[in-house]
Amino acid sequence: MRGKSRFFNWFIGFFLLFLYAPAILLPVFAFNASSIVSFPLTGFTTEWFSVLLTNGTLHVAARNSLLIAITTAIFSTLLAVLAARASTRFSFFGRRSIMGFVMLPMVLPEIIIGVSLLVVIIQMGFELSLWSITMGHILICTPFCIAILSSAFMNLDKSLEEASFDLGQTRWNTFWLVIFPLVMPGIVASLLIAFTISLDEFIIAFFLAGTEPTLPVYIWGQLRFPAKLPSLMALGTVLLFVSIGLLLIADYFRRRGIRKTGIENTGGFL
Amino acid sequence: MTQPIIRLSGLDKFYGDFQALSQINLDIKTGEFFSLLGPSGCGKTTLLRSIAGFETSSAGSLHIDGQSMDGVPANKRPTNMVFQSYAIFPHMSVAENVAYGLKARKLPKVEIKARVAEAIDMVGLQGFDERASHALSGGQRQRVALARALVLKPRVLLLDEPLSALDKKLREQMQSELRRLQRAVGITFVLVTHDQEEALTMSDRIAVMFDGKIEQVASPQILYGKPSTRKVAAFIGMMNFLDAKIMTTSGDNVEVEVQSLGKLTLPLKQATGGLDGCNSVGVRPEMLTILMGSQTSEREIEAEVTEVSYYGDMTYYDVKLPAKEDPITVSMRNTAGRKVLEVGAKARVGWSTSSLLLLK
Ligand SMILES: Nc1ncnc2c1ncn2[C@@H]1O[C@H](COP(=O)(O)OP(=O)(O)O)[C@@H](O)[C@H]1O
Ligand SMILES: [Mg+2]
Repeated sequence: MRGKSRFFNWFIGFFLLFLYAPAILLPVFAFNASSIVSFPLTGFTTEWFSVLLTNGTLHVAARNSLLIAITTAIFSTLLAVLAARASTRFSFFGRRSIMGFVMLPMVLPEIIIGVSLLVVIIQMGFELSLWSITMGHILICTPFCIAILSSAFMNLDKSLEEASFDLGQTRWNTFWLVIFPLVMPGIVASLLIAFTISLDEFIIAFFLAGTEPTLPVYIWGQLRFPAKLPSLMALGTVLLFVSIGLLLIADYFRRRGIRKTGIENTGGFL
Repeated sequence: MTQPIIRLSGLDKFYGDFQALSQINLDIKTGEFFSLLGPSGCGKTTLLRSIAGFETSSAGSLHIDGQSMDGVPANKRPTNMVFQSYAIFPHMSVAENVAYGLKARKLPKVEIKARVAEAIDMVGLQGFDERASHALSGGQRQRVALARALVLKPRVLLLDEPLSALDKKLREQMQSELRRLQRAVGITFVLVTHDQEEALTMSDRIAVMFDGKIEQVASPQILYGKPSTRKVAAFIGMMNFLDAKIMTTSGDNVEVEVQSLGKLTLPLKQATGGLDGCNSVGVRPEMLTILMGSQTSEREIEAEVTEVSYYGDMTYYDVKLPAKEDPITVSMRNTAGRKVLEVGAKARVGWSTSSLLLLK
């Protein structure tokens, strides 16, 4: 038994090392005082971060990314609320297969989505713009949002809605007074996840970007210039911590949601 | 006769092909404590939810207070419900939960405050106003659910197995408290339960349901003493059954041939559900006696004790009668000087014709 568990510990250790070592290198070189990204380290500097502050094209790309990520987060979450509510409360013809199709982009290779959207948009005579990227991102983010929100809606005791209705409230007010506050943590988690996915997404943004690059596309373009590498490391560090931070917050809200409704679920058996 | 508060006529409910309720005809009187009693899955909840407006019936009609409830949604009906899970809003305090329905009615703030305080007092939750609802025990949650519904002064309060989630002691306490509350507010209560003891102790009248049909509607005493069918008799309390065959009827009497007991003449009124199709005789364990020494009884029969269950105040004997395969139960009060028999002992079982019911 002990031998087995020791093996398992080693396995986990290596796995985590391979997974995270490259990411840890980012901040290491971001603070390294040499313009060449290699060991040995030569000293500490925050120069690469201050370079970021004065780079105009970078700022435009960052602004594009933020705009897309915020729009994506809002629209994906909105669509997901409707889908999650419909799939958990109502039974309608073909519900399972419809939900299956809605969730499909989660496992579809992004490159396929990117190429096919590119073809469709160009065939339909539309210009590539931030809007085309946003639409692609909504497509891939919505399934994730639905997954999060479905569990939030499913955990909701149906009799809470009925109780509100029974006490004389309208269906519309019931949604805002009872359902919405209870799935709120799920909604926040969904917004943050969609935001994070969109912010980091490269393939679709690359295919559908016209003249306006997003942050990942900008970074990819800059990789050709070795002198820019350290400042990209600094940018990567910033993005890394923003992403981790957002995911942690999202998870906090998701847990809080489960705690809230979980208490209600066990309420009857206390 | 005043008009009933609830009148159900010819109510049917289908879920797809499955018939959950069939031909429910029922009048519930104003101000009574009424129970729907039946085994799990017999349609009690479905019937209660039809009254509340959460299920639309497939046929038949429902009138509350003389008004047809056809097309009236749950939030417009003069009924309120205490849900089995209590359905306390977890993100609101006790006071906010109780105030919920009053706010929906857009009453002035002062009035809401006064009525909430009164309702919280009524269910004995003084001082819990600001308590978060997830920090309440099962019994307290139930009180909140009651206060939240009663504060609206509904014409009818519907309760779906409100006590089933509580432990035995709390359940007994809440039974008498619910009864007291119902008398105090004078509102009609319709209670769903699968616990016959609960129904008997709390209700003015009980409807016994099986498989989507109402089998009998009566007061607790009549239900226990004069069940109209064998099914009801078996569900409520304990009842011994003996095969019986109707021979002849003459005037107010009927002659029957009963297993082990032989040929008897019984008054017709002991066929509580009518004589048609009667094929068994029922007798409660407490209507039988184990005769000691020189004791006598109207009738007696020799039997052998096959099982003894001693409960302190009572002893339950399983005794085997001649010409009947499975034993019947006799319950005896353990009065002073009464000996508890042992398994295998011979016993004289005393009985009387007046305690026999002819059932189908
Ligand atoms: N929404 C529904 N769809 C299909 N069948 C249902 C539904 N609700 C209840 N039933 C069935 O109707 C029958 C009666 O249910 P219910 O009224 O909940 O019984 P009870 O409350 O007496 O235990 C059960 O067999 C149950 O499976
Ligand atoms: Mg039920």
